[in-house]
Amino acid sequence: MSDHTAESGTWLDVSEDASSLLLRPLGDWVVTHSADIDADLQTVDAYGRHSATFDLSHLGRLDTAGAWLIHRTRRTLERAGASVTIAGATVPQATLLNAVARGDKPVFPEPHVGNIFTNLVVRMGHALEEAGKTTREIVGFMGLVLETLFKTMLNPKRLRVTSTAYHMEQTGLNAVPIVCMITFLIGAVMAYQGAEQLRRFGAEVFAVNLVAAGFLREIGILLTAIMVAGRSGSAFTAQIGSMKLREEIDAMRTMGLDPVEVLVLPRVISLIIMVPVLGFIAAMMGMLGGGLVLWLELGMSPGMYIERLYEAADFWDGAVAFVKAPFFGLMIGLIGCFEGLKVEGSAESVGQRTTASVVEGIFTVIVVDAIFSILFLKLGI
Amino acid sequence: MQREAVISVRGVRNQFGRQVIHDGLDLDIHRGEVLGIVGGSGTGKSVLLRTILGLNKPAEGRIQLFGQMRGEMTSAQERAVERRWGVLFQDGALFSSLTVAQNIQVSLREHLHLPQYLMDEIAAVKIALVGLPPEAGPKYPSELSGGMRKRAGLARALALDPEVVFLDEPTAGLDPIGAAAFDDLIKNLQATLGLTVFMVTHDLDSLYAICDRIAVLAEKRVLVTGTIDELMQHAHPWIKEYFHGPRGRAAVAAKERNAQA
Repeated sequence: MSDHTAESGTWLDVSEDASSLLLRPLGDWVVTHSADIDADLQTVDAYGRHSATFDLSHLGRLDTAGAWLIHRTRRTLERAGASVTIAGATVPQATLLNAVARGDKPVFPEPHVGNIFTNLVVRMGHALEEAGKTTREIVGFMGLVLETLFKTMLNPKRLRVTSTAYHMEQTGLNAVPIVCMITFLIGAVMAYQGAEQLRRFGAEVFAVNLVAAGFLREIGILLTAIMVAGRSGSAFTAQIGSMKLREEIDAMRTMGLDPVEVLVLPRVISLIIMVPVLGFIAAMMGMLGGGLVLWLELGMSPGMYIERLYEAADFWDGAVAFVKAPFFGLMIGLIGCFEGLKVEGSAESVGQRTTASVVEGIFTVIVVDAIFSILFLKLGI
Repeated sequence: MQREAVISVRGVRNQFGRQVIHDGLDLDIHRGEVLGIVGGSGTGKSVLLRTILGLNKPAEGRIQLFGQMRGEMTSAQERAVERRWGVLFQDGALFSSLTVAQNIQVSLREHLHLPQYLMDEIAAVKIALVGLPPEAGPKYPSELSGGMRKRAGLARALALDPEVVFLDEPTAGLDPIGAAAFDDLIKNLQATLGLTVFMVTHDLDSLYAICDRIAVLAEKRVLVTGTIDELMQHAHPWIKEYFHGPRGRAAVAAKERNAQA
């Protein structure tokens, strides 16, 4: 910015008598100085003037912000009943002042917001309505995907094998290390804490039952599903969402490709297959971690551990997990793809949908798990 | 007449991997002119724009901005330079989480300490200057049409009253009426605010309507600069094809019709 001679507080020279006012802007009236100039102008008392003159002959540079301030002051003075003249403006300055005067229409920088209490109620209503709508839509989407799935089963040539295999690698194989590590550690922690509590009753050997029942039936598969929802459900949403933003999905439709068949089905199928596989690995690693801790802490030999495992768990403990696993995979895949297809407008929407996908994915997994628990309880399994 | 060059580019070389985009590129932007940049696809018009803006570091060459050499400036000086220009990206590049008025206020907020009501007033003036209705202020970019997004992008570029504005294909994607209106807008703003305009464009009508001078990018450098009449006489095959092809002739005819009317 070019140098200016005027100090702060001296942007304006005011001379006045009883009824008239002479305002002489000094220095550069540009946006960088606009706060100070504005403060100076606030001190001008518009009340009871008959006439006022802006003398621009001492003005340095003028930009839109400066021109706005002159225009605003003129308007205020005129509303107070004074006649205002502007003298000494160069041609470009006069052009700018005219342009700014034409643009004198108030603008609200943010959308209108009402009372916060009514807003709270309104937002709750909207959220409930939205939740109901989303549930209906997800059920509808599930129907659509299952229909496409059955059609594809009748005509297996339509299945995108390469894409499915790719997603199996991404969601399954690449998730193995993290699933192993987490379930191994949780298994170790469970055995350790279990043994610690059961020691009070002298029953620390039953920590094996805790690990076996816990990992085979519930924890192994639940941890896996939560990790897959965080890892792959979110990835599905982001991938499909950014395709939606770039109109790739629309392009697909115009070419007669069905996005459900091309994008959704391979992802959902890969999860239906890979979640049970990961769940199996998780259960094994959990029991390995538990066994290691019991060996080191209680001196229970691996042979003895395995023997006790056989006693503690029966076939159905393991089978229950593998009945649930494909449903977990289905729901995570469905929700991830569904939220991806709902992306619209902006990059921000991708972020919101990805968050929604993970939250809804985990929530649904737990709800489905609870339903299965009740079902198995009634069946006596 | 020797005119003041606000930005001058000397001997710039840009390459990506082994692909050389520019080699020995020279260009001057004079104060107060509207400079149009034309060139075939892949001749690096956008790369040139990005190089001047500092978004892309050239392999070789010097770029002088308002009398200061890029690379020899302190970061405070660089920020000062950035305040003296505004950029309109191709689709506006408006921040999607902010309203139009808030988009305009971003650089005001970042660089200056102004009271909120003054920023609101300045945003209102800019919105009116670019010909948007006041109702556009509280809208989000996704709620605007392509033409309105461009105008909003221009308003944001003008937030700090820059001396130079860079426009990347300002009329691309607009209908002919919208494009002509945008040309008029740029011309008016240039006259009102005394702007220097650097404009990458493919639109022959824009070139005829508002550009004082045109620089042709070909053969990895600025092949020639001149007024449109000078370029019409030029013998280079690409330039001949460009200005005397069917679209070029149509644009000339349109200009002559306008002149008679």
